[in-house]
Amino acid sequence: MEIPRHWRLKQQRYSLVGEVCPHCDHKIFPPRDICPNCGDEAKELFTFSGKGEVYSYTKIYEAPTGFDANAPYTVALVKLEEGPIITAQLTDLDSTPVEIGMPVEMVTRKMRNDGDERGIIVYGYKFRLRT
Amino acid sequence: MTTPHPHSPTLLKPVKPVGIVGYGAYVPRYRLPAKEVARVWTGGKGGLPIKEKAVPGLDEDVITMSIEAARNAMLRAQIDPTELRAVWVGSESHPYAVKPTSTLVAEAIGAVPNTQAADWEFACKAGTEALVAAMGLVGSGMGHYAMAIGMDTAQGKPGDALEYTAGAGGGAFILGPAEESLAIINASYSYVTDTPDFWRRENQKYPEHGMRFTGEPAYFKHITEAATHLMEASGTTAKDYKWAVFHQPNTKFAQRVSGQLGFSPEQIEPGLLVPVIGNTYAGAAMIGLTATLDIAQPGDRILVVSFGSGAGSDAFDILVTDAAPLRAGLATKTQEYISRRTEIDYAMYVRYRGKLQMK
Ligand SMILES: [Zn+2]
Repeated sequence: MEIPRHWRLKQQRYSLVGEVCPHCDHKIFPPRDICPNCGDEAKELFTFSGKGEVYSYTKIYEAPTGFDANAPYTVALVKLEEGPIITAQLTDLDSTPVEIGMPVEMVTRKMRNDGDERGIIVYGYKFRLRT
Repeated sequence: MTTPHPHSPTLLKPVKPVGIVGYGAYVPRYRLPAKEVARVWTGGKGGLPIKEKAVPGLDEDVITMSIEAARNAMLRAQIDPTELRAVWVGSESHPYAVKPTSTLVAEAIGAVPNTQAADWEFACKAGTEALVAAMGLVGSGMGHYAMAIGMDTAQGKPGDALEYTAGAGGGAFILGPAEESLAIINASYSYVTDTPDFWRRENQKYPEHGMRFTGEPAYFKHITEAATHLMEASGTTAKDYKWAVFHQPNTKFAQRVSGQLGFSPEQIEPGLLVPVIGNTYAGAAMIGLTATLDIAQPGDRILVVSFGSGAGSDAFDILVTDAAPLRAGLATKTQEYISRRTEIDYAMYVRYRGKLQMK
């Protein structure tokens, strides 16, 4: 059971809330309170647009515990419009072949159950192709 | 127009005029053709109540679908989410038995913590019930904006008549002052009685229906009474409305009740989505209204009548304002969602809907 962690991360997971550096305007995700660009403190919240493109990807056939119900699925490095690159599942792919540079947008989806079907449902960001 | 009753005491009409300031739809992309259900259960024999129904993906439920519809409504309303004083979700498929859908939706759109949040239940009219309550909250001045969502991922028993039509989708509406709205809600009217047409007991996965009770004494009676009363009290007839949206458990019921009430096939056409997405239960009347608002022009008048088993109907008299066409373009339109389509077979449907016993 990881309920405290799920609860602490809900804003960044549900709606891509990260941070913006007040000194150099660098956009930060996930939030870490220190700007990786200039090293100063950065605690101002910033909600990302959710738009980005596929930077790299791989298809998962042997999924880790908790994610096996969704296999096979595609995991991508997504470069957000505001700069950061994040790891996320791609969803609603259909039979469309994934390509590097494809435009994607964030959606909030079910990630997995915490433990079994008696546990809480963990929701978070995934990306789908942008039409 | 005939002369309206000066103060019909049974109409639900807010003190301050209220309207829709934003709306949004969501339909998942998977489609199960009705002929595929027939192939598995009847050898392909028998009439089909719809063409196909929308099916949610493995990672979707009423919470994720409500979030997307709510985000679309926010895009159209162009308001700050912290100005919402209510986030209400009506559904008969809330993911949790205990733990609200609404708090998670409110969190995801940035409306927490200074807001009301609640889940509504009344079979297929849970969404419009929340809409009436939102009219009251805004119309009394208790809050400037309130959001009401109707969303469902309906399940039918394998092989049952309802399995052909039990679909997925819905709509979200943000209500606010009439002067800021893209459509003014002139009034609503609700008609309810205790009727045993459809139910699901606690811990049962699939609903039961009361056969002969589902048609005449339930759907037709309540919709007809609600529509007739609202129009009489408002001094209108079917001809005063450009468009009409009725709850739509299947294509035939919606066509028949609208015809009986004097509406033409053209009037219900934009809001009649059941042939291509199925019966979206608490989402049905709501998403029909989103599709109608997508194409509505200033001055168009819209009649909306929901139906929920058990049983009751909420009827709304809506007038489209000048702001509608512009705001319709600010988010994904309902027909765009419908055109994003991946056909699945019955086997994939069984996996997506969790009908496989895994252990
Ligand atoms: Zn910096």
